[in-house]
Amino acid sequence: MEGREVVLPTVSRVALCGGTHGNELSGVYLVRERLKRKVEEEEHISVVTVMSNPRAVQQCRRYTETDLNRCFTHATLSGPVTDKTPYEIVRSQELNTLLGPKGSPEAMDLVCDLHNTTANMGLCLIAYSDCDWISLHIYRYLQMSDIPVRFIHFDLPLNEAYSLDSVGKHGFAIEIGPQAHGVVRSNILSTMQEGVQQMLEWVRLFNSGTPFEGGKVDVYTMVKNVDYPRDFETRGITAAIHPQLQDRDFCLLRPNDPVFQTFSGETLKYTGTEPLYPFFINECAYYEKGIALSLWSNAASPSPHMALAHSRAVPDRQETRADTLLRPEGARWTGAR
Amino acid sequence: MTSSTNVSCFHGARRVAIFGGTHGNEMSGVTLVNLWIQNGKEIQRKGVETKPFITNPRAVEKCTRYVDTDLNRAFTTENLSAPSGDDLPYEVQRAQQINEIFGPKGSPEAYDVIFDLHNTTSNMGCTLILESSKDHFNLQMMHYIKKAIAPDSCPVLLTEHPLLKYSTSRSVAKHPIGLEVGPQPQGVLRSNIFESMRVVLKHALDFIELFNEGLEFPPCTVDVFRVSEKMDYPRDTNGNIIAMVHPNLQDCDWEPLNPGDPMFQTFDGTTIRYEGAGTVYPTFINEAAYYEKQQAFVTTRRETLAAGAIKKA
Repeated sequence: MEGREVVLPTVSRVALCGGTHGNELSGVYLVRERLKRKVEEEEHISVVTVMSNPRAVQQCRRYTETDLNRCFTHATLSGPVTDKTPYEIVRSQELNTLLGPKGSPEAMDLVCDLHNTTANMGLCLIAYSDCDWISLHIYRYLQMSDIPVRFIHFDLPLNEAYSLDSVGKHGFAIEIGPQAHGVVRSNILSTMQEGVQQMLEWVRLFNSGTPFEGGKVDVYTMVKNVDYPRDFETRGITAAIHPQLQDRDFCLLRPNDPVFQTFSGETLKYTGTEPLYPFFINECAYYEKGIALSLWSNAASPSPHMALAHSRAVPDRQETRADTLLRPEGARWTGAR
Repeated sequence: MTSSTNVSCFHGARRVAIFGGTHGNEMSGVTLVNLWIQNGKEIQRKGVETKPFITNPRAVEKCTRYVDTDLNRAFTTENLSAPSGDDLPYEVQRAQQINEIFGPKGSPEAYDVIFDLHNTTSNMGCTLILESSKDHFNLQMMHYIKKAIAPDSCPVLLTEHPLLKYSTSRSVAKHPIGLEVGPQPQGVLRSNIFESMRVVLKHALDFIELFNEGLEFPPCTVDVFRVSEKMDYPRDTNGNIIAMVHPNLQDCDWEPLNPGDPMFQTFDGTTIRYEGAGTVYPTFINEAAYYEKQQAFVTTRRETLAAGAIKKA
């Protein structure tokens, strides 16, 4: 991979989606403001702004019948629709028509889906692939002064990828936490606005012919989920996330580290043999999915040199460290807070 | 209640209830009450019948604040005296049932004490909610709790207000006490928040036990925050929110807000400042459930209440 160059066509059609979960309010407010200001055309790109689940947004709920962000597998998108079909499945097919069809040449070049989490995860770019060079380069480009930024991925083939961002030719979610659902915190919204700005700035630069040098990128890959201990009969939880694990997303969890504290005060420890990175620790929406936290491995993934197809500028084929990524001269830097 | 040598005498607090799940997604209370329904040893005290109770089981099952209407606003005289029927909103039916079991509200048969367990997304710490400035029994209990958990603090919010006071589930009892612990997202159980609530309740029940054993509590004063004004988010002509709680105010519950201090920030970054006449102490800052109630925060004013000596009759 080192030294290899990838050339890609312009990323000229971008979709920015919020309200995929109706109570994750940063994306809802960001999309609402963009729709009010009718922001569409920016230099070199057209941006479609979409409120993904308007019914859930109106009720300030994650979803009305089923989780919209699990409805974008090929199977669900091509399933039949009757008057008994859950609202979110009907909506996923509408969004697939608008932004896809998934897997086709007509699909949006880039789909960016905005989310919040109650977990202390900072800013994460979430993708289903670690070979989406556009997403990886956008991640490398992002610079935030007061929040950690990470790239995490679920290793899924395209037709099994279930999230909205998998509809585009390239796509990822921007997930920012911690924020309670149903609440908008000004600092979190500012961070999301900054992240979106920088993403669009990268796209603009790429489209205008700027090459981006390759290098290694730290990527977290999903290994497994861990459920709460539950009562055998009632299935109610019998422990909470241990105070020494609460809010410690991305801090390495080692064998025998505390994970849960039962309601009678007993500590339950991590029984795995491999140290892994926990996140989505105590995400509200995951109680019903049987996930108290999920565990991820970390490895450096290569990203190639990137250039626009038919661009005149071709970079030297040298490996560059990720942390010395050169920013092209003249790039407009809006400045992080 | 009789008075002699400046000591107010109360009947023993024999019947105590602990309500959880008044809002079905406020998890500390739901979890604690379910725990105690299974095994109530921790909440038993000599001479007291302590009943843990899930007030809104349907909302708890769906992990939602309410099903039809907010149960914690439903205990109005109008609702409680309405003819019962299946056509009433679920929570109104539930309020009538709760009033029958633990009330009737305002009558001598009502429960002595009800603790109502809540969580908030606001950074309120462990807040005790007092409904009447003249409830000397409650004031003495709150004084006891505050001393017991010192140096940790336990602010007391007094909701006595001609317009802003609302008809809570706990108001069925002679001595209603709200426990509001945050910050915690709805639908989430944080162990530190859970343990804080548990500790406060332990001290409250200890107070009741001591009182029932005949201990006299001397006169005391309690610093409280009396609710003053409800502040809504700035909105446009269509009712949409156009500004958020300012970063300088976010998480600053119980801290002074002075005239001229930043209060809201519009989506394009403009600061909107507080223009009241004097310093106030905001609370319930950015509570998720209050967006629909047109409340960004509530202002309070500091006051010191005096409680006379009390003793069991």
